[in-house]
Amino acid sequence: MDVWVYAEQRNGELMSVAAELLGEGYRLSREIGDRKVCAVLVGGNVSHLIDELYAYGADKVYILEDPLLEKYTTDGYTKVIANAISEYKPEIFLFGATHIGRDLAPRIAARIDTGLTADSTSLAIDEQDKTLIQIKPAFGGNLMAKIICPVKRPQMTTVRPGVMKKKERDDQHKGELIKVPCNLDSSDINVEVVEVVITAKEQAFSADADIICAGGRGIGGTEGFEMLEQLAQKVGGVVGATRAATDAGWIDAACLIGQTGTTIKPKIYFACGISGAIQHVVGIEKSDIIIAINNDPDALIFSVADYGIVGDYKEIIPEIIAQWNLEG
Amino acid sequence: MKIIVCAKQVPDTTEVKIDKVKNTLIRDSAPSIMNYEDENALEEALRIKEQFPDSYITVISMGPPQAKDMLEECIAQGADEAILISDRELVGSDTWATSNVLAAGIRKLSGFDLILTGRQAIDGDTAQVGPQLAEKLGIPQVTYVKEVTVNDNEIIAKRTLENGYETLKLKTPCLLTVTRELNQPRYMTIKGIYNVKNQEIKVWNIKDINVDLTEVGLDASPTKVVESFVPTSKGKGTVIEADSAKEKVAILLEKLKEKHI
Ligand SMILES: Cc1cc2nc3c(=O)[nH]c(=O)nc-3n(C[C@H](O)[C@H](O)[C@H](O)COP(=O)(O)OP(=O)(O)OC[C@H]3O[C@@H](n4cnc5c(N)ncnc54)[C@H](O)[C@@H]3O)c2cc1C
Ligand SMILES: Nc1ncnc2c1ncn2[C@@H]1O[C@H](COP(=O)(O)O)[C@@H](O)[C@H]1O
Repeated sequence: MDVWVYAEQRNGELMSVAAELLGEGYRLSREIGDRKVCAVLVGGNVSHLIDELYAYGADKVYILEDPLLEKYTTDGYTKVIANAISEYKPEIFLFGATHIGRDLAPRIAARIDTGLTADSTSLAIDEQDKTLIQIKPAFGGNLMAKIICPVKRPQMTTVRPGVMKKKERDDQHKGELIKVPCNLDSSDINVEVVEVVITAKEQAFSADADIICAGGRGIGGTEGFEMLEQLAQKVGGVVGATRAATDAGWIDAACLIGQTGTTIKPKIYFACGISGAIQHVVGIEKSDIIIAINNDPDALIFSVADYGIVGDYKEIIPEIIAQWNLEG
Repeated sequence: MKIIVCAKQVPDTTEVKIDKVKNTLIRDSAPSIMNYEDENALEEALRIKEQFPDSYITVISMGPPQAKDMLEECIAQGADEAILISDRELVGSDTWATSNVLAAGIRKLSGFDLILTGRQAIDGDTAQVGPQLAEKLGIPQVTYVKEVTVNDNEIIAKRTLENGYETLKLKTPCLLTVTRELNQPRYMTIKGIYNVKNQEIKVWNIKDINVDLTEVGLDASPTKVVESFVPTSKGKGTVIEADSAKEKVAILLEKLKEKHI
């Protein structure tokens, strides 16, 4: 009856979303009352990650290790996780909405015949019946849907990376370890992984940054993005972008923020030359402070910004660089 | 090679309008289109048919009667056959129920080697129907496919990852969900448009595909949409008024300091 979190690892490294889900799972488990948050760790040789999972709040770690699970395959991972669900019957199961999470979760949900919500951006526990309330964007972010799974268990959802809050890391915190037998046979796996290629260029955008200086079509080209880079260096942040800018090739696609890109929640978000289309805004709403710089006083971005400056970014940004004197 | 393409008719979400009073989507505000990535799925099927000319392409869709328009376009592009599964009882199906329907429809056909679906539909953005369909048919899957090579009964697929890709090898029958990167969909041909006249779109109801009400429709669906609403913005903040860029920025930094940033 616990809250489970899929502790996605790649190449023996924990994905950031695993810690985020543990933070959220911790909150949910306490809100239901007297439940545990458990990490499900799957792989070939992954026991070195157990302590990290405890440190991020896991009360229990279910470990499913087998040499056949060294590389991710839908077949292998689905089989062992579905079996573990049948055995231990979690109440809720959260997956990161990564390319792997969105491959694995639907296959598992179909195998055990339960419901699955895609890409939740916010979760809550119903006060009365203690079921999971899942909020997710639909119709390209134009609408939000509130989804429940009243009867089937576990209640499953994938969750956008970058949306949930990690717990403060506590290396003193320890939990309980449960080794789950895998009973996997090579004939269970019908897909052969020929190679995994990591292209450094597409290295994931750092969603953890405290300050993000983002630019859109209004930046006009690579030169403008160099100015944003200077701003980022001055304020101690990183550069992000809208799809108009990444499509134009002014900046790497890994910097895309929004519905199809990364969701972020920095302390300060600078939106420069960005109109504020809904698909972009869904990715920035959780920022503490949004500062918009746009030369069109009617731009939509001003309606989501905490502070707006109407003007040409080419004049405003150099002023910020010159005057910036805030700590941290 | 027998290829099945799953295609869905969706509202063009870049055009949808919101009823600000009722907080709902104005359904008729957006034109209906074929889901983008499903176009890539059909295109890939057509390319495979060019490589193996005795291939046969069936497009299958679950949806309201007007989805026939989309299926006619599929025929005009070169699909050999198109089937619409349409029944009032199917309204409100979630992805679990939808995959039951598509699986039942596909079982009624005379076998298949390859199923191609879009990675995700732009209305619900779930990316779940492909994998769930593969599970129900008991075949392997590859999602997020950006490149496909077919050698007889062996498929080599490149699957995108957030920071790279992986290459996977598998045997038919199998299912691939495809992305926009895979190919550039073609236009309809004159011959194809002519074919539309000769090729009737088959319409099946739930009796035709042998499913019952415990597997499909709103009541059978494990997930329920209990409410939908328009995302609220943070509310209008302050637009900083001053004569020069210098002063504006000075005021901004003053405000940030007040917030102890
Ligand atoms: C299915 C789907 C998914 C999408 N996903 C995403 C996503 O994840 N992320 C995303 O960002 N977009 C996404 N989009 C695209 C999105 O709809 C918008 O097209 C995009 O966000 C617009 O980018 P922009 O604001 O940079 O450009 P524009 O809308 O063209 O805005 C440019 C702005 O710059 C201002 N400007 C021009 N010159 C200057 C200057 N010198 N100084 C200051 N301001 C200036 C203009 O006034 C204007 O407001 C998606 C679209 C679809 C259909
Ligand atoms: N009603 C439907 N009819 C046919 N194919 C569908 C239907 N719904 C989903 N699909 C297929 O499944 C893919 C993923 O859809 P979704 O899981 O809804 O994001 C789509 O791109 C289609 O190929």
